[in-house]
Amino acid sequence: MVTTQTAPRLKGKRHRLAKPELLAPAGNLEKLKFAVHYGADAVYIGGQKYGLRSNADNFSFEEMKEGVEFAKQYGAKVFVATNIYAHNEDIAGLEDYLRELELAGIAAIIAADPIIVETAQRVAPKLEVHLSTQQSTMNWQAVQFWKEEGLPRVVLAREASLEEIAEIKANVDIEIEAFIHGAMCSSFSGRCVLSNHFTDRDSNRGGCCQSCRWKYDIYEDDIAMVGMDADKFTMGSKDLGMLEHIPDLIDVGVDSFKIEGRMKSLHYVATVVNAYRQAIDSYMADPERYELKQEWLDDIQKAANRPLNTGFFYDTPGAEDHIYEPEEKAAPYDFAGVVISYDEASGTAVVQQRNHFKPGQQVEFFGPNGTFFKQTVGEITDTDGNALDAARHPLQHIVIRTESPVKPMDMMRKRIR
Amino acid sequence: MATKPELLIDAASLADMERLIEAGADAFVIGESRYGMRLPGDFDIAGIAEAAKLAHARGTSVYAAVNNVMDNRTVDTLPDYIRALAQAGVDAIVFGDPAVLMAARSAAPGMKLHWNAEMTSTNFATANYWGRRGASRVVLARELNLDQVIAVKANTDMAVQVQVHGMTNIYHSKRPLVHNYFEHQNKDGSVENVPVHGRREDGLYLIEAERPDERFPIYEDANGTHIMSSDDLCMVENLHELMEANIDSFRIEGLLKSITYNETVVRAYRAAIDAYVMDPQGYAFQDEWLDAIVSLQNPSRELSYGFFYKEQVY
Repeated sequence: MVTTQTAPRLKGKRHRLAKPELLAPAGNLEKLKFAVHYGADAVYIGGQKYGLRSNADNFSFEEMKEGVEFAKQYGAKVFVATNIYAHNEDIAGLEDYLRELELAGIAAIIAADPIIVETAQRVAPKLEVHLSTQQSTMNWQAVQFWKEEGLPRVVLAREASLEEIAEIKANVDIEIEAFIHGAMCSSFSGRCVLSNHFTDRDSNRGGCCQSCRWKYDIYEDDIAMVGMDADKFTMGSKDLGMLEHIPDLIDVGVDSFKIEGRMKSLHYVATVVNAYRQAIDSYMADPERYELKQEWLDDIQKAANRPLNTGFFYDTPGAEDHIYEPEEKAAPYDFAGVVISYDEASGTAVVQQRNHFKPGQQVEFFGPNGTFFKQTVGEITDTDGNALDAARHPLQHIVIRTESPVKPMDMMRKRIR
Repeated sequence: MATKPELLIDAASLADMERLIEAGADAFVIGESRYGMRLPGDFDIAGIAEAAKLAHARGTSVYAAVNNVMDNRTVDTLPDYIRALAQAGVDAIVFGDPAVLMAARSAAPGMKLHWNAEMTSTNFATANYWGRRGASRVVLARELNLDQVIAVKANTDMAVQVQVHGMTNIYHSKRPLVHNYFEHQNKDGSVENVPVHGRREDGLYLIEAERPDERFPIYEDANGTHIMSSDDLCMVENLHELMEANIDSFRIEGLLKSITYNETVVRAYRAAIDAYVMDPQGYAFQDEWLDAIVSLQNPSRELSYGFFYKEQVY
């Protein structure tokens, strides 16, 4: 929804702005490393149990330890989503699992079910417990309840507006985390069992089959309400995207900016983190002279897979905030490779292939903090110097001349139309 | 004699309450939509006081629904509202949001609290968590199976309530989804004379392409958009299985049903409960109880066992 409204600010007196945490999703170890490298202050991951993304890769304890070690080099933290609503049979094993997370050096769990909250506090006291958005918390009194229960942080319901967040911050001294980017449940999170009814898959234990994005006909007394060739009814929402509103989010005091998407690609995570990192740093460095840069918005579009909107932050979503028309894949770019090394003497890079590319194609190289350039792919070879007509083998190392220096973990994307 | 479980239903008005008491209801959930979720009628505080008076005169109970997902505005009024409910004489408050628990602790310290988090009340340990914080009853999610329900009861001292009849809510959004959809349709001028708001009385329902025989009611109110199940839960044939497990309260959902239908349903369950309590060993289900319900059942809505005998995957 397009809006020019701004959040309620403290008028008349200057106040010190706290720098928010940028919290990114990481579906696997590689994504974790890239999210951190591209500027996330913290990442959240899923373990083998108790998480709501049963289809994601999900981390073993060994991988968690490696992720924690990697993040530590950047001063970043790793959180684990333990955000299911448990059933009786899930309770056994919970204590051991939480102790393992603590041993792995996980900084916090994100929990919805109070019994997971309480068990963590009892058996793994070094784990912080953050209340999940699945609890649909959107008032100060409930936040106060969780503070009194010993939680340092609450992830608010995605239905909370900026004004409501400001009121909560004014009433309760606690960290507030809010989703700022990515796909959204169109229901109150957790208050949807469409999957259970359509497919016998338990949505609140990770079985969600996204029935909200299916198409429906709407009827009254055996009569369809709209013509058969009209757009069908759906609950499916556009994705959240708050990049244009970073000052508002920082000014109301949101402590952690959360990006959705443990199922999203490496390219998506790096691109989105990169853009928000730059916007946050730029605003914090000089709030008075902050300017939103078009290139950040352009970059987000290169990874977005649905149109974006501002959710409930400014007003209740309307007709324009849903996706009734056939979805088009918006991103005109594809992730093509990752830089493994760079040889300054020859000006060539070794790039690990992540998608087909060939000489003559337009590509972009980018890295953390907005480093960026475009070029045309010239001659390419394998690492033995054999010329190639195309990079067609997944993960093959390809030697390519780059027009500017690049660094390991820089990424290459290609224009697809 | 076995312990007698409670037969609980909602009511749209005092007149309906009278008829449902006559049919055999033991307790009622009522309230107003500012505080309570998916209620068939609005009772203001004066109405709730009258309802409590009526219920108590007839040996029945009244529980106030204060189970909305609360916002700051509503929370600010909770202490006064809960104090007023206590003065009105309600027997318990039904809550989901911890804000209500907080407000009740100070505004009505002795008030009984029923924890109802809809689809997220799914295990005994979490029930006991709320029990330790003052709740005396857990209202279980409809997505549990019978074994899970029995195990909850075996592992808690709280009273356990389950829904045994009627539709269930399967999706709740704060978005005005019906309004938004028709606004989208009207943008290109293809729709005329449609209810832009899908009010409950409009009787709208959704059909998904691969499930043409299933009708999912959808409506909007001040609390958002609600989508309801396409089937009506009906456990009257198997009620003894729940009674053997000593489940404390059987809830009939009367939403979107006529008073005549609800009366008939209450009578059927009343008969089953009374027969069982009188003689658990000699109890036998009577076809006529179910037949009475079937005779009034909307043929487009299947009577089902819900999730009581299902295994779900994830």
